[in-house]
Amino acid sequence: MAKDTKNLVGKPITFKILRYDPDKDTKPYYKTYQITLERGMTVLDGLMHIKENQDSTLAYRKSCRMGICGSCAMYINGLPRLACQTQISELNSPVVVVAPLPNYPILRDVVPDLDPLFIKHQNIKPYIIREDKAELEKPTGEFSQTPEELERYIQFSYCIKCGACLAACPTVSTSDLFIGPQAGAQAYRYIADTRDDGFNERLQVLDDKYGVWRCHFPGACSEACPKGVDPAFAIQLLKREIVARRFGFKSAPKPAPLAPKPEKAERRPGIPEAPAPTVGQ
Amino acid sequence: MKESTKWFLFIIAGALIVFLLGIHIVIMHFDDLLYNLGVGDKDVLSYESVVHRSKIFAHVVVYILLLGAALYHGLYGFRSLLSELPLGRGLENALSIIITIAGVVLFVYGAHAIIIGYIS
Ligand code: SF4
Ligand code: FES
Repeated sequence: MAKDTKNLVGKPITFKILRYDPDKDTKPYYKTYQITLERGMTVLDGLMHIKENQDSTLAYRKSCRMGICGSCAMYINGLPRLACQTQISELNSPVVVVAPLPNYPILRDVVPDLDPLFIKHQNIKPYIIREDKAELEKPTGEFSQTPEELERYIQFSYCIKCGACLAACPTVSTSDLFIGPQAGAQAYRYIADTRDDGFNERLQVLDDKYGVWRCHFPGACSEACPKGVDPAFAIQLLKREIVARRFGFKSAPKPAPLAPKPEKAERRPGIPEAPAPTVGQ
Repeated sequence: MKESTKWFLFIIAGALIVFLLGIHIVIMHFDDLLYNLGVGDKDVLSYESVVHRSKIFAHVVVYILLLGAALYHGLYGFRSLLSELPLGRGLENALSIIITIAGVVLFVYGAHAIIIGYIS
């Protein structure tokens, strides 16, 4: 890899970018640009260079530039990737082909319409659901959870909603009704959370022909995920959980209670009071 | 029927096939061994042997169960394969109904043959 980097630095790189302006164009087309590769340059750096120096009409989406916000997922040289985390040198090609994520409508150029992702995400109720709503609205303490219990879902909570998994999923490409890997992973993230009691509320969406059972485990989502979330695994765990609970192999666990308040604990000097809660105000 | 019930039945049918097919393989392909142990027919493919087996109640139960499990498991898998096609909800539902009807018809036809062999 280091050798290739050395070979390409200072050399011309061709960017082949899919362009599409719904107000002007009848269909998308590719436009090429040339830039000189600098050491450490990412695909996003390349796009920004083109926008600043060659073509200000180029549209792309980005924010954090450090793999946190999930805005910059694109289809780069045949794979869904985060543009800000993809070094041009690691593509090992003097040609960088950039297109919007597949399986989404195009808003403009390489900007996909992520509505399908967020609608599916919303459908699985991605938040803690409990009977004791008063406690959720006006917390009086913390729900207890051991580090081992946290381990059960922590990897799935690293999702940054970039949408790369849906772009990679062959099942999403055959049916936009399928809940998809991101929502599946998030459903499991909450169901496996000991503080949550929303299994039954999510069941209707999950235990459906277009829910978890539609996944035939190609695993492309987990391959594409830039955060190591492994949504394919989460969906298999959901299948097991649904069958175990529906057929009586496992009873519904009671949601975690409030952890007892620490006794005889004193505030360290100099630590200010926590701000007043804003939820439910 | 909930999708998880269908999937669970698919898994149960798979396990049942392994078990029942095991019985079938032992009877039909380990016939020399069974004969030497004194519990089987000498020539399992002879007319007399086939007729003899078809009159055994346990045989009827095993083969009707195997027929049902194999049809359910196979057709569920076939439906899953077809669901990879971009058909849309309406066509998918229609295909599910056609596959279900085909399964029931094949089951009735196969079970009828087994039962006729038993009672005739
Ligand atoms: S699961 Fe991974 S690929 Fe899918 S949206 Fe979350 S971070 Fe992106
Ligand atoms: S710009 Fe935020 S993840 Fe790439």
